[in-house]
Amino acid sequence: MLLIPCPWCGPRDEAEFHYGGQAHVAYPENPAALSDEEWARYLFFRDNPKGRFAERWNHTAGCRRWFNAVRNTATNEIEAREVTA
Amino acid sequence: MTSRRMTGWQGEPVRFRFDGRDYEGVRGDTLASALLANGVRTVAASPALGRPRGIYAAWTEEPNALVRYGVEPMAQATTLDLAEGLDATSLRGRGRLSEEPDTGRYDAVYAHCDVLVVGAGPAGIAAATAAAETGARVIIADDRPIAGGSLPDTAETVGGVPGAEWAAATLAALDDRPDVRVLSRTSVFGYYDDNHLVAVERRGVDAYSRERVWRIRARRVVLATGAHERPIAFAGNDRPGVMLAASARAYVNRHGVLPGERAVVFTTNDSAYAAARDLAAAGVEIAAIVDTRETAGPAPDGAEVLAGHVVTAVGGEEGVTSVTVSASDREDRDDREIEADLLLVSGGWNPLVHLFSQAGGELRHDDGIGSFVPGSVRQAVEVAGAARGVFTLAGCLEDGAAAGARAAEAAGFRVESVFETPGTPAEEPAAPAGHLWLVPSADYGTHFVDLQRDVTVADVMKATGAGLRSVEHVKRYTTAGTAHDQGKLSGVLTSAVVGHALGLPLADLGTTTFRAPYVPVGFATLAGRDRGALHDPVRTTSLHEWHVVYGAPFENVGQWKRPWYYPRAGEDMEAAVLRECHAVRTAVGAMDASTLGKIDVQGPDAAEFLDRIYTNMMSTLKVGAIRYGVMCRPDGMVFDDGTVIRLADDRFLVTTTTGNAAAVLDWMEEWLQTEWPQLRVYCTSVTEHWATVALAGPGSRDVLAGLAPGLAVDAASFPFMTWRDTEVAGLAARVCRISFSGELAYEINVNAWDGLALWEAVMGTGVVTPYGTETMHVLRAEKGYPIVGQDTDGTVTPADLGMDWVVSKKKPDFIGKRSFARADTSRPDRKHLVGLLPADAGRLLPEGAHLVETSTLPEPPVPTLGHVTSSYRSAVLDSTFALALVSGGRDRMGEVLYVPLGDEQVPVTVTSHILYDPEGARRDG
Repeated sequence: MLLIPCPWCGPRDEAEFHYGGQAHVAYPENPAALSDEEWARYLFFRDNPKGRFAERWNHTAGCRRWFNAVRNTATNEIEAREVTA
Repeated sequence: MTSRRMTGWQGEPVRFRFDGRDYEGVRGDTLASALLANGVRTVAASPALGRPRGIYAAWTEEPNALVRYGVEPMAQATTLDLAEGLDATSLRGRGRLSEEPDTGRYDAVYAHCDVLVVGAGPAGIAAATAAAETGARVIIADDRPIAGGSLPDTAETVGGVPGAEWAAATLAALDDRPDVRVLSRTSVFGYYDDNHLVAVERRGVDAYSRERVWRIRARRVVLATGAHERPIAFAGNDRPGVMLAASARAYVNRHGVLPGERAVVFTTNDSAYAAARDLAAAGVEIAAIVDTRETAGPAPDGAEVLAGHVVTAVGGEEGVTSVTVSASDREDRDDREIEADLLLVSGGWNPLVHLFSQAGGELRHDDGIGSFVPGSVRQAVEVAGAARGVFTLAGCLEDGAAAGARAAEAAGFRVESVFETPGTPAEEPAAPAGHLWLVPSADYGTHFVDLQRDVTVADVMKATGAGLRSVEHVKRYTTAGTAHDQGKLSGVLTSAVVGHALGLPLADLGTTTFRAPYVPVGFATLAGRDRGALHDPVRTTSLHEWHVVYGAPFENVGQWKRPWYYPRAGEDMEAAVLRECHAVRTAVGAMDASTLGKIDVQGPDAAEFLDRIYTNMMSTLKVGAIRYGVMCRPDGMVFDDGTVIRLADDRFLVTTTTGNAAAVLDWMEEWLQTEWPQLRVYCTSVTEHWATVALAGPGSRDVLAGLAPGLAVDAASFPFMTWRDTEVAGLAARVCRISFSGELAYEINVNAWDGLALWEAVMGTGVVTPYGTETMHVLRAEKGYPIVGQDTDGTVTPADLGMDWVVSKKKPDFIGKRSFARADTSRPDRKHLVGLLPADAGRLLPEGAHLVETSTLPEPPVPTLGHVTSSYRSAVLDSTFALALVSGGRDRMGEVLYVPLGDEQVPVTVTSHILYDPEGARRDG
């Protein structure tokens, strides 16, 4: 059970959060301008590194806010976090 | 039967039954010690080979003595408290779950602390005391009824008093501190991320709850978990009467029980000599000490020491009667048979690194002790005492105190005074231990490495002979280490035997992965109170009591209980649903629709927001009007559907499917927070604020007119897809003219607390038939309205559902739009929603059944065209019918396809998914 540092509520049990996958995958500015391949990359392709990984979390059972955090996928250590927008 | 209890041992008598015979033990016994005291040697038969087995150890590492009692299917006799009237049966063969329900109560506790100490032996108690001295909040957990670790087993003294007394007094003093909690009979069984540890506290059958699960978050952890004595693999090492040396010592000192009369001791190290001395002092004759080392240790009086010897055979089928020993490395082996009924074994000590390893710690091989010790770790944990290979009492006390102080300091507390450890008797420095894992032999068929799985050295060699090199593979091939005890005794031994077979050092092989739980934990314990009605929250509407009184069975939709149908006397479900359907199609029916998700969406940018979320245009909706909408994921697949009501320029009420309400709210909040934070929109769940009654059927207008005299109900004044605020049955109400059945219909929304009054007023008209979710499903399916999640599965686009019309061509973008231009979403062989009419109008197709093209099944793999998503009997069609997702379905109208059911190929005709009133003539009544 990870202890996740919510920027608004402090460290809380992982069970209070929903995982949101890789961070910084922005919705394309103009989807219509993308090729099928570019659009497919946005839809289906995500990184899966061993090591540092920026990912999104939602404190669903708390403040319900989304935030980004950098987690080391090999050790589960959360190294940094940032508040979206 | 002769008592094996030491003369003068005091204890309140306790009567118990084992395998149908009556015995007597004393308070403080385990079932195992009481059986040994009664001279019972054979307590189990091995699961695979049926060999007789005896008690082998004295605590959780016991591999043999498994019993059943009460509802408990598998318990260790060595950890089971002897209670008056205990009736236990040996587990012969495999375990079997009790057929009686477990009526015990189980609880859960969440706790936080600065320092968690696992194990209350000398090291753990010293650590907890040192940490507590700094003012840190400390929890110390120990799995035994009497704390002190090995102290009650060895009868050593601490600070001039018996070790067990010192342990009890020191813990009592700790427990008196306000910031210290002492948990006894509590096994920490799992070590998870960020110092989250889980323990089970066994409080006994008389306690308010039998067991409690502790979920502890600790700033720092001190593992003082001790060590297990290691067995040696030799011929016949599974006979009843073979026992770990330190365990025999524990039976003598802890329980006053002599596990035999005449013993041979087989050892690689000095610790067994101390055991031999205690047994000799208690009255067990030590026939010989067989030491694998060439230099023997100091023997107790009268015992013969055979240095450089090994045990080569054990006599006695039902239990040890003799032990054959031989000089270990001489050509001319001079086998000698020694009469004995007890064979004590010590192959050295394995530090208990299970929790450390679960914490992500790396293990390191220690040549001195011939086993694995904790190495580096990233979690905030210290290891102290025997758990890291410190095997002297004084060493454990000092090591524990230092670890406790380090932990407290790391948790932010100041160590002001050094905790002075109490004195212990001088110990002779131990001679180096020898390392012998197995006694070489021509036949390894009874050299057991895992007693509980009946795995022998021969089995391990078969695995390595088959080419396996990894201990993980050997474990899975032989099953060694996979039993109830999770390889507590067999794990390291198996690795060593693999090393022996491959000629590799143990250090290179390592161990198999240590996983939670360290000790078995019941599912009932883990479930705690979350069982039966408390397993998941149950949501009911404000009309629920009425449905109960009128005998409706309930359908579970997410957490909601929805009335399924309302059977009249003598009706089964089929008859009730056909009657309800007929009533709605020909007269008027009412349904509790309160469970539909409702989200209030407001703010200056609400219209723009809904345009982006829905596939169709919402910003053009007029105040007072209603529009049906579909939401997709960016991949273009249908996610949810429902109606949108425009309440004001800047305010909408969105309805969702019953099961998806929370997911839709999450979805909206995600886009607002992460992609469109500039939009000024606020979403609030109002599902439970409203009670909703759907009134459907050609008679619904008259019923509504009677209940709402102030409302103009004619089709021109109150057209389809509009809403009105009015009074219904004297209650403030919002009436929406929408239909999920194709009939003239209204949804009447009132405050949740007025729901029952509204429903009773509707029923009070005497002309309205209540109907449940099954009838609602049939009616909507006749009209081809899909249910998201039943007729769709995350691979279905609006076009697949025949709903091109709901996808805006005008909006520049919305979630999913780009995906409708992908090649994949325009494939002609995509699965389309179609209707199916079975050739036999009485044949009800099972939902989930597959569809094939041919009347006889081809050889597998059979190409399937799709599957049935909904299937019902229809009153109005006079036939059964189904909805299905079928490859290229819209181009197959009129085609005959087949549903393979058992040996049958059931023919069905493909039709439009709209089977009833395709022109929509009934909508206005």
